[in-house]
This record gives sequence, C-alpha cells and structure tokens, in this order.
Amino acid sequence: MSKILMKIDGKEIEAEEGMTVLEAARTVGVNIPSLCHHDKLEPYGACRICTVEAQKNGRSRLVVSCVYPVEKNLEITTRSETIDRARRTILELLLSHAPDSEPLRILAAEYGADKNRFEKEPSFCIHCGLCVRYCAEIKGLHAVGFINRGSKREINFVPELVAAECWSCKECFPLCPTSALQAAYVFTAAQVSEIPVFEGDTD
Amino acid sequence: MDINKIDQIIDGHNSEASSLIQVLLEIQSENRWLPRQALERISERMDVPLSRIQHIATFYKAFSLVPKGRHEIHICMGTACHVRGAQNILNAVEDHTGIKPGETDLALKFSLETVNCLGCCALGPVIEVDGQIHGKLTPPETAEALKKYE
Amino acid sequence: MPKLNSSAELEKLREEILSGRNSNQKIITLCSGTACHATGSRAVAESIELELKNQGLSDQVIVRKTGCHGFCERGPIIVIYPEGICYLQVEPENIPEIISQTIKENKILEHLLYVDPDSEEKITKETEIPFYKNQQRLLFEANIKIDPKSIEDYLALGGYKALARAVLEMTPEQVLEEVKKANLRGRGGGGFPAGTKWEGTRNTPEETRYVIVNADEGDPGAYMDRSLLEGNPHSVLEGLAIGAYTVGAREGYIYVRQEYPLAVENIDVAIKQAEEKGFLGKNILGSDFDFTVKVHQGAGAFVCGESTALMTALEGRTGEPRPKYIRSNIKGLWDKPTVLNNVETWANVPLIINNGADWFSSYGTETSKGTKIFSLVGKINNTGLVEVPMGMSLRDIIFKVGGGIRGGKQFKAVQTGGPSGGCLPEHLLDLEVGFDELTQAGSMMGSGGMIVMDEDTCMVDVARYFLDFLTDESCGKCVPCREGVKQMLETLTDITDGRGQEGHLEQLEDLGELAREVALCALGQTAPNPFLSTLKYFRDEYEAHIKEKRCPALYCRELIDYYIDPEKCQACQACLKKCPADAIIGGKKTIHVIDQEKCTKCNTCFEVCPSRFSAVKKISGEPVPPPIPEEERTIVRGSKEK
Ligand SMILES: Cc1cc2nc3c(=O)[nH]c(=O)nc-3n(C[C@H](O)[C@H](O)[C@H](O)COP(=O)(O)O)c2cc1C
Ligand code: SF4
Ligand code: FES
Repeated sequence: MSKILMKIDGKEIEAEEGMTVLEAARTVGVNIPSLCHHDKLEPYGACRICTVEAQKNGRSRLVVSCVYPVEKNLEITTRSETIDRARRTILELLLSHAPDSEPLRILAAEYGADKNRFEKEPSFCIHCGLCVRYCAEIKGLHAVGFINRGSKREINFVPELVAAECWSCKECFPLCPTSALQAAYVFTAAQVSEIPVFEGDTD
Repeated sequence: MDINKIDQIIDGHNSEASSLIQVLLEIQSENRWLPRQALERISERMDVPLSRIQHIATFYKAFSLVPKGRHEIHICMGTACHVRGAQNILNAVEDHTGIKPGETDLALKFSLETVNCLGCCALGPVIEVDGQIHGKLTPPETAEALKKYE
Repeated sequence: MPKLNSSAELEKLREEILSGRNSNQKIITLCSGTACHATGSRAVAESIELELKNQGLSDQVIVRKTGCHGFCERGPIIVIYPEGICYLQVEPENIPEIISQTIKENKILEHLLYVDPDSEEKITKETEIPFYKNQQRLLFEANIKIDPKSIEDYLALGGYKALARAVLEMTPEQVLEEVKKANLRGRGGGGFPAGTKWEGTRNTPEETRYVIVNADEGDPGAYMDRSLLEGNPHSVLEGLAIGAYTVGAREGYIYVRQEYPLAVENIDVAIKQAEEKGFLGKNILGSDFDFTVKVHQGAGAFVCGESTALMTALEGRTGEPRPKYIRSNIKGLWDKPTVLNNVETWANVPLIINNGADWFSSYGTETSKGTKIFSLVGKINNTGLVEVPMGMSLRDIIFKVGGGIRGGKQFKAVQTGGPSGGCLPEHLLDLEVGFDELTQAGSMMGSGGMIVMDEDTCMVDVARYFLDFLTDESCGKCVPCREGVKQMLETLTDITDGRGQEGHLEQLEDLGELAREVALCALGQTAPNPFLSTLKYFRDEYEAHIKEKRCPALYCRELIDYYIDPEKCQACQACLKKCPADAIIGGKKTIHVIDQEKCTKCNTCFEVCPSRFSAVKKISGEPVPPPIPEEERTIVRGSKEK
C-alpha cells in the first residue's frame, strides 16, 4: 500500500491509499464525530455529522469524511464555524426524535445543540442503519431492514427470522444509539408469538 | 395469487436479482397488490432477502401491500394542477369517499392516491379514475363524476 | 425484412419507402399521445375509421396516428395532407363533415380553424399559428409527421442516417469531437456538457461500459420527455446508439417510469423494429459495432431520476443515492463506467451528426446551444409543449408563444427547474433563457418545466407545495433531507396556516443552508431552492402571512374567509344549492349569507357564483363584515334586477 501525504487541521499526516479521511484522522488521534459509521461496515454516509471541509487545488468544499477517500495534498479542516453549525443543526433535528440518546447528548453538549429547538416527535430511531447493515453485511441474515421512504422510513424485523435467528444473536442491540431497536424487536417477537403469519403490511 | 403465475413471471426474467423490481411491477399489475406469499416466493426463487423486498415494496409508489378498491382514483398533484386548484379537488374527493390518499374504503369501492403530473396539464386540474381522465374540474363537478362509480 | 448492411442499403430502403408514397395522397394525421387521449382523441380516431368506411374511402385515405403536437390546449388536433389543413379541438361529431367536405370536396371548415385572438383572422396551416410560428422545432418537428409505431415513417424523414454515418464513416473520436464542438449540454438537470461526460467514459481502461437514457421525468408539471419517447422513439434510440459507439458501450438501458405505459409500449416496438433492420444488435449496419438496448421500468420514485439512485434501481434495489465522490461516468452501473443522459439530450445527437456542430451551435447563446423543449403550463393561455432556441426571453415564451395569461389576469411569476428550481418575478421577464442565466437568477433550467403563475397564486404556498413534494419523495437516507427538509415543510405549513412567528424565516434559512451544503444527493441539496427564490423575490408575501396573518393572493385556506356582498347578491341560489356544508343561509329573493361557523372554505360558492354577479368575495387579514340584518335581506322584485 502506498503512503499518501496530506494535511488534517494544519498538521502533515501520512495515510494509506484506500483509507477514508475519517480513518486517516483517527489513526493520528484527530477525532471526528460519527453516528452511522462502523469500522466493520461499508461506508454509508447518512447522518452527515462527520462533515469536514476538504481543500484541493485551492478549492474548498464540504464532504463527509466517512466516505471521502484520502488523496495526495488534500487539506482537511475538521472544525469551523460552518461545520459546527451544520453538526449542531443535525443534532437538534435528531434530538427531536431521540431526546434521551446517550451519544447524541454527549455531542449536543460539545456543539451547544438545543434539544428543544424542534418540536419533539419521539420515534427514537435515528436511521443510522447500523443494525440493518450489521445484520446484512456481517451476519448475512437480513433479519432487520428498512421499510418506506422519506420521513416515513422505519426499521422493521422480518417476523419469521426473529423467531428463527434473532433470539440467539442480538448482536445488533449494543450498536443502537437509541432505544428504538430493542423496542422494535420486542414488538415483533410479541407479534410472532401471537399472530404467526400476517397478510400484507398494515401501513 | 396463484403460485404458478408468480413462478411464470419470475422465469420470464430468468430469476435475475436485477430484475426484482420488474418482477414486482408485473405482479402488481397482474394482481393489483402484492400479497405476502408472493414476496416470500420471490425471495426464495430469486434469492433476495425478504427484508430487501419489503423495503422495495414500500419504497416505490407503484406497489401496494394491501388489496385495492374496485375503482382507483388518482388525483394529479402536479405543479400545473396545483396552481389551478388541485387541493380543492382533493378535498372534494376526500369528502365524497371518506378516505385520504393512500387509503381504501372498507367496502373496497375506492382507493385514493395522489400522483405527480399525469401529463395532462392543459386540462388541469385533473383526476384519473380507472385510467380515464376527467379534466377541467371544479369541486362540485368532481363529486358528481364520482357518483357514477358503483 | 433482412438486416441492412451499408449506407447504400439504407438509402435504397428510404427511396423505396418514398417512391411508394404519393405526394398527392390524402392523409389524415391525428395526435394520439397520452395527453391527446385525455382530450378524447381515441373517440375521434374511431369515428374517423368508421366514417371513412361509411363513405367508402377506407382504402383511399391514410390515417396516421402521430405523437403529441404540443398544442395540448387545443387538442385533439387533426392535420390533413397534402394541403396541411389544421383543425383544432376536433370532436367525433365533426368527423362526418370533415370527411365529406374537406376530404372529398377540398372545402375548408372554418369553424374548426384556429382564430388569431388579435387579428381574428382564421388560420389554416398549423405552422402559421402563432403558437408554432414563434417556435424552433428541430426535435419536435418530426413528432407531427410520423406514426411512432412505424419505422418507415422515421426512415422516410432520413432516420438512422446519422447512425450510419457515425459507425460507417466516422471514428468514435470524430463523433466525440463533433459533440464536444456542438457544446451539447445535458437537458435533464444541471446542463453538464455531454461531450466531456462521454470523453471521461471513453478514456477509462474498463472494458464493460454502459449508456443509459434517463426517462424518469419526475418533475411534477413536465411531460416533454414522455412526448418525445412516445412520439419519436427512434430518434432517442438512434442518439443512444451513436453515444454507445462513441464511448465503446455494448449495452444500453432506457429507464422509463411505469406511469408512462404508452412510452414503454412505443419504445418496445421501436427496439424490435430497429433490431430487425440491423440498427441495433450485432454488426450494426454491417460494421463491427454491437449494441443492445433493454427497457427498465421505474416503479415510482422521483429520487430515481438522480443518477446514482437510478443506477441503484437498475441493479434491482431500493433507489437510494450512493455516497460517491467518483463520477458515474467513471464508476456507475455495477461499478462500470456509465454515461447517463436525458431523453432530450440523446435526441439531439442525430441532429448534430447529420447537420454538423456548426449548424447546431448556430442556434442559442454563447454558452447554451441548440433548442430546448419546455412544458409551458399553469395559468397560461396556450398550455402545451414548446421548443424554442436557447436565449429566447421568458417574455417571448410566455406571451408570444404562450399567448399570455389566462382570463386577463396579471402575471406574477414563472417557475422553472421543477422542485430543484425557483420562481422568477416579473422584472426578470426579459431574462434570456439559458443554463447559466437561469442559475444566476436563482432558478435553473432543470428538465424544462415552466409553470406560469398569476396574481391568484400564493408564493408561500408554492414553496410549501414543492417542499411537500420533496418530503414525500426524499429517500430518507440522510438527515439534512429526511429531517431538515421535513422540518422546513412544517414551518412553511405553519406560515400558510396562520401560525407563522418571528424567527421562522431565519430557521428556514438555517435548515436550507444545512440541506444545500450537507445533504447526500442533489434532491436534498437543491430542496431549499423553491423557498429561497420565493423569499428573495416575494419576501413581502412571507411577511404578510407571518405578521398580518394575511394571504395577499387570497389562496391560503386558513387565512381567508368567504363573504357574500349583499349589494351584489341576486339570490340566484346557485351557491346555496351547491354548498356541501349547508353553510349558506338564504332563499328565493332572500340575499344569501354565509354562516362562518359552518363554512369549510371549500371554494364552491366562489366557483359557482355567476360572473355577472361576482357576489362571493374572499377576504384575508381583516374581519368578515357582520351579516346584514335579516329584515333587510329580502330583494324587492325589479329593484335589483337590471
Ligand atoms: C432528484 C433528482 C431527480 C432527477 N430527475 C431527473 C429526471 O427525471 N430526468 C432526467 O433526465 N434527469 C433527472 N435528474 C438529473 C440526473 O441526475 C442527471 O443529471 C441527468 O439525467 C443527466 O443527463 P443530462 O446530462 O443529459 O441532463 C434528476 C436529478 C435529481 C437530483
Ligand atoms: S438528500 Fe434526500 S434523497 Fe438524497 S440521499 Fe439524502 S435523504 Fe436521500
Ligand atoms: S400537472 Fe397535472 S397534468 Fe400535469
């Protein structure tokens, strides 16, 4: 693997080709916040909290560090007024759904996010997709997936698989930054025991 | 829905995973909704996880996981119809049928959907009932038009 | 029919087709696109068949069902050749006399002709009608001449000549040079130069490459791509095949929304015909170039028009955009280099190869070459599809081609660019229409929607409308769009519903910035545009809603009241009978009064009140005048009647 020289927050660093900016930053101890990123999973780029500024050939733009590949002579800024404002607003939007989430509260304190800025709509899930992707990419089980789109998007367990597979696994539980995953699981498990088959979706 | 028919449709696309959406579209148009057993059969035959099929079936507007009414009403909410008063037409249809977009009434008479541009902007506001276009409508005319459906 | 193997064979076939066609032949063409069907062209077609039979002319007259002519406002349209007589808004009842008079006797039926609203002159020829006269129909011209299901019609007009020239006489590099020199820019969205995109794909080391037609046409208020595909599918196929030859692709896809069944049908037929003739398949026209095309139907998701989402959907998955910092012309469908262009972009390619880059770039402006088809809709007289040279002013499009605003109302704004675009006000009417000009003004070209709005359109509501659309169509993957745009919609709904507050506009701007800068795909990144452009040009309307709880356009339901002017009411009982909420009190010879408690603001009374009375009024931002006392409501006979 060839080495790549670049700058993060003004510091010269050495990264390996094929790394993302987020990985490169973490190897040299620069912390960029992340919510939907997981070392073992494919880059996903959904929460956008890891947004940083990338300068190249005198041009600067905002990119998500968990997807953006390292490049020679790239200059990365991980904190600025614009970045912090974006992160703050993202946190505020997510807190309206999951006000008690521990990871969100820690970040909120750092970025001065007001958890009451937007009207509360506690649905708890923040759609980071960690459970869905872990179950698919690592376990190959596909027991949990998304349904619907836009703001109606939700996580959904496949009842038959809950009965057959999940009970003995539950490896996704600790990944969830909120309490939504467990709730969905408990709900489906209860459904499975009462109504073994269901015809179509209720939505 | 008959399992053989489902198999036939799947075979028509060589069971290729990339044809999943085409297969679902064909079943939807054949059967007018996607029963659970059809999804399970596709999952098995095409080797696609059920959770992924569920996401597709709920992501795209063309699919329905519940049976549809005898008459399908599509109200155009395209920009041209919107500026010509589509909202009032929608309200009139909701009043007449007692259902909201995405719903089917209990008697399975009407299903109501909003759509984005039927491409008949010259006739706006328009609604489409069972494929037939009704154009240049006012709310009272809309209610009149719906009375004809049994 | 055997496959064609050279330019000479193609030319020979064309001559055969032409020599079989008599220039004195009577032909009735009837527009038969989807919009035409909606105006009743199917019934007209049946009537023509029947009447020709009845009058014993079935084998003397050819009936040709063409695609959309564009003048949908006046459809269905019949043109009779060789004279070129054009009849508008034809109904089945008119057919017997058309056949007996015009076909048999060569007599023109005056009452079916277009009447110029200014000079009141009757116009016989379609091309002389002002709607058409001010257009430049390079792409659309053929639509009115050919039956989309007949490859012979397309060949008769010189179809597939450009493909033959490209694959038999030009190297891919030469074709690329020509397209680059023509400066053809993408017609589906951002106006990216097609040549540059193609070159990127051409230069990759990958063997497998793809070309795709984007016929998802999600913009709610636009239907030009459908009309091209429905009306002239071969032109798109020909362009696609030339593109494939240029970039070295052997497989192509047409991604077309399933809401367009006729387009799917016609393109399927066209592909089969082209394969039979050797314009698609192996060894095209005797060369060593192989290329096949498949149709993939979209299942209803606006976001699938976005390039990465479209490719994900083509792979058989949920149409979510991918986070990628490598362009799809390098890494696209199944990670292979892929050229994706819009329907209209592809349809321009044969024109460029046939006529040359210099000819093409003689139309348009410095940076925007050629023509553009717009879907000119909304509060305009001549609703329809128009093709104009780039650089024509908005004013000319709206007033010269479009015939101005309906019902003598005042122009307020024109919306271009669909949900990613913006609204331009009156003082920008002289703006020349081009990619960069529209972007600089805070809107964009988009795919060609052009929605005209008048004084009755509320601009805050328009912004709310687009955000509602986008919230529904967001894939829901990334936070700025799923949560941020939805929050913008909620705030805008608060404003139109009369719950607007100090600070709302700042909050909208803040969320708009988040979406623009940080959203994953262009759907979210451009979602704030309808809000930002209306705020820029119509801030006073926002302020009236927020501060005075007034909707200046008298549109927002929660901010208006209905009121019957007792001075004008003639007690005709039209509204009384029609009000679905029984909110109108009155009777014969008794002035009507609206019970504000019961009124649901459905607008019915306003619609049915005869315009000669215009007694029903909408008011906003002020209290409803008290009802006149009951004893004064009786209308004394004769005293009020004129
Ligand atoms: C949300 C979204 C929807 C889009 N919808 C369409 C569409 O319906 N048709 C289209 O041609 N391009 C659409 N585009 C633009 C495409 O992403 C792409 O830029 C275009 O097809 C490229 O072709 P062109 O260069 O010929 O315009 C859309 C873009 C976005 C972000
Ligand atoms: S911007 Fe919207 S549509 Fe695009 S990826 Fe994000 S959520 Fe999906
Ligand atoms: S916007 Fe309604 S038909 Fe086009």
